[in-house]
Amino acid sequence: MGVNEARTGTAGQENLPQLSIGQWQHKHVLDLDDFSKDEINLVLEIADSMVDILSRDVKRVPTLRGKTIATMFYEPSTRTRASFELAAKYLSADTVSLDATKSSVAKGESLIDSLRTLQALEVDAVIIRHPCAGAPYLAAQHIEKSIINAGDGCHAHPSQGLLDMYTLKRRLGNLAGRKIVIIGDIMHSRVARSWIWCTRFFDINLVLCAPPTLIPFGFRDMLKTCGLNHVTIEYDLDKAVVDSDVVMPLRMQKERQQSGLISTIREYMQLYQLNQARLAKAKPDAFVMHPGPMNEGLEISRDVAYGSRSLIEQQVTNGVAVRMALLYLIAGGKNR
Amino acid sequence: MTVKYLLIKNARVVDPSQDMDQVCDILAVDGHIKAVGKKLSSEGAKIVDASGLTACPGFIDMHCHLREPGFEQKETIRTGGAAAARGGFTTICCMPNTNPPIDTAATVDYIMKNASLKAPQVNVFPIGCITKNRQGRELSEMAELASAGCVGFSDDGSSVNSTRLMMLALQNTAKLGLPIIDHSEDEDLADGGHLHDGWVAARLGIRGIPSVAEESMIARNIALAEMTGARLHLTHISTRGSVELVRTARKKGLDITCDATPHHLTLTEERVMQNPLKPGVSISFDTRAKVNPPLRTPDDIDALIEGIKDGTVVAIATDHAPHTLEDKLCEFELAAFGISGFETAFGALMSLVHGGRISLSELIRCMTCNPAAILGQAKATGSLRIGSPADIVLLDLDRKWVVDSRTMLSLGKNTPWEGQTFKGMVVATFHCGELVYSDNAIGIS
Repeated sequence: MGVNEARTGTAGQENLPQLSIGQWQHKHVLDLDDFSKDEINLVLEIADSMVDILSRDVKRVPTLRGKTIATMFYEPSTRTRASFELAAKYLSADTVSLDATKSSVAKGESLIDSLRTLQALEVDAVIIRHPCAGAPYLAAQHIEKSIINAGDGCHAHPSQGLLDMYTLKRRLGNLAGRKIVIIGDIMHSRVARSWIWCTRFFDINLVLCAPPTLIPFGFRDMLKTCGLNHVTIEYDLDKAVVDSDVVMPLRMQKERQQSGLISTIREYMQLYQLNQARLAKAKPDAFVMHPGPMNEGLEISRDVAYGSRSLIEQQVTNGVAVRMALLYLIAGGKNR
Repeated sequence: MTVKYLLIKNARVVDPSQDMDQVCDILAVDGHIKAVGKKLSSEGAKIVDASGLTACPGFIDMHCHLREPGFEQKETIRTGGAAAARGGFTTICCMPNTNPPIDTAATVDYIMKNASLKAPQVNVFPIGCITKNRQGRELSEMAELASAGCVGFSDDGSSVNSTRLMMLALQNTAKLGLPIIDHSEDEDLADGGHLHDGWVAARLGIRGIPSVAEESMIARNIALAEMTGARLHLTHISTRGSVELVRTARKKGLDITCDATPHHLTLTEERVMQNPLKPGVSISFDTRAKVNPPLRTPDDIDALIEGIKDGTVVAIATDHAPHTLEDKLCEFELAAFGISGFETAFGALMSLVHGGRISLSELIRCMTCNPAAILGQAKATGSLRIGSPADIVLLDLDRKWVVDSRTMLSLGKNTPWEGQTFKGMVVATFHCGELVYSDNAIGIS
């Protein structure tokens, strides 16, 4: 892929790579299962340029001036929403947010109807977070605008996957042969599901570590059917973490205890909390990540979360850059 | 009063009730079969030239939803009856999850009267509730429902969770001689699930419904049927384990029967993900394939087909479940379960015949005399024997047609086969000797 070549094309005042037709085929960003390795790398390279912009005093380029980006969050979110909105603003897009609380996710208050409204208002792209898996796909089928999935139920969170890949690449360089362990509620994790797709090209050894009750029955079959041979499942964290390069616990929701999926939070912490003792079994220079929001002292001990190996704050910063890259790719091209 | 004669000429007559498969004529007089044989003739008869067509007894559907009363936006007795006739059905049994549910004689009466007025194309046999209001708390008045005309009992949509209440229900139906047509599902395992608990559910991040949710309840119900000596029909079974449980029970000599649906016999869990509607979208969340029990695996299809071949799965029932556009045009996890199945059943099932998986007579048997035997109703014999009601369907086994929900007679346009080409079509349906549906191609003189 000629990113460098393209970069020398019409860099313009914002120093962004100009894309040639054919490099970027996505009208939507729904998940990473349909991203090629080149496309993932393209996002990461553009994110590099965006990090440069974020390091300036005046963090604003005119790239998306005149474009309007809408956000529809049907679930409470702090960082993802702020991250997307800032990304749009740094690119000089106008933003509009449709107030959509979880209570309006009910039949009769149609997602499609709200989207049609946005379409009529001539927005250029819609960023959707929704508690139901597949809601952004429904959106993409019924309006002509670009849809960016900011998290749909337990299904996918592609921008999180990409920002985590970006963070990994920046810190680790070559990812080949690296062992990465994701710990916790795999069953309900859209982050883990997007991760298994975006890591598949980089020769990463991805280990999912969870209690058996938090891994869906069909999960192994799914890995096999989809050819995701780089992913393995390990129930024992003390084994999983050995010699790992990166460890990433997932948020453990307290409701999982009520539904019986874990016996108690106490036992979960004993078996699955990432703490210093467990981190010591990883490689000495292993990094710690977390997609947020954290339950400090539950799935991750406070000293690990804020320790020297933690990339958690960098993930947040990089999130803005990666989302800028996505918005640029989706809304920035000509005639898109 | 004039006597009505109907003569169907030169059809390939397939009637599994008599092990018949031969080209001949059918003569019906006054709504009943008078003769089946070669070179029949009759003065003044309405003559149908069925050369190249196949004639069978009208299909019998033990499990459908007509939605009336209460959900007339989804389907009515009138539209459901018309759709059934188009699908080749001459007898349909409607499930009681209406509003009000079919748990009083008055509601049975309402449905039967409406059916005779608005759906004269078909026999409509109501199925009564096992429990009042389908709540699973107290038994309905089954004897009264039976005398009002119910042909069986079901709380379709859910199981009777209380094992004791189910036992008591079976004791009552054993006395009445009517089957319980049970939707077997362990609520505890199934609730909150939307798909088969397999790789597709894992991939899409949607909670699954494990096969065991069905199998554990079927095992319980078989044990209760054995204890009470009642007749038990397990409807829309969907898993290999269920087939094996029923097979074992039947080998023991228990009066256990079961049916499978056209969609469980032909589609798998993957159907939900397929059919990307727009380029650039790798997968879909197709609510048209959302159904309960969920579409399962190729291995489950194999088991259901083995069940048909060895007589374990004795019937095919559509579970025709019409819904409005709004019920389906929404987020997958909010969408209604169900497939509008009358008009696609035969076309979908013929793919199994053309594919060599079951024979035509095995298919027709499961749609005619076998369900008739379970229902035991004189008006629906599922047979072309002399004296039977002249319920006849004419089929073109090789005619290709494209499923187009816009042309469906059912109000429910929710079909997973939209746009698909089927080979095998219903071209005419006769009920009690009257032509109640015909494709334009049929010639009647």
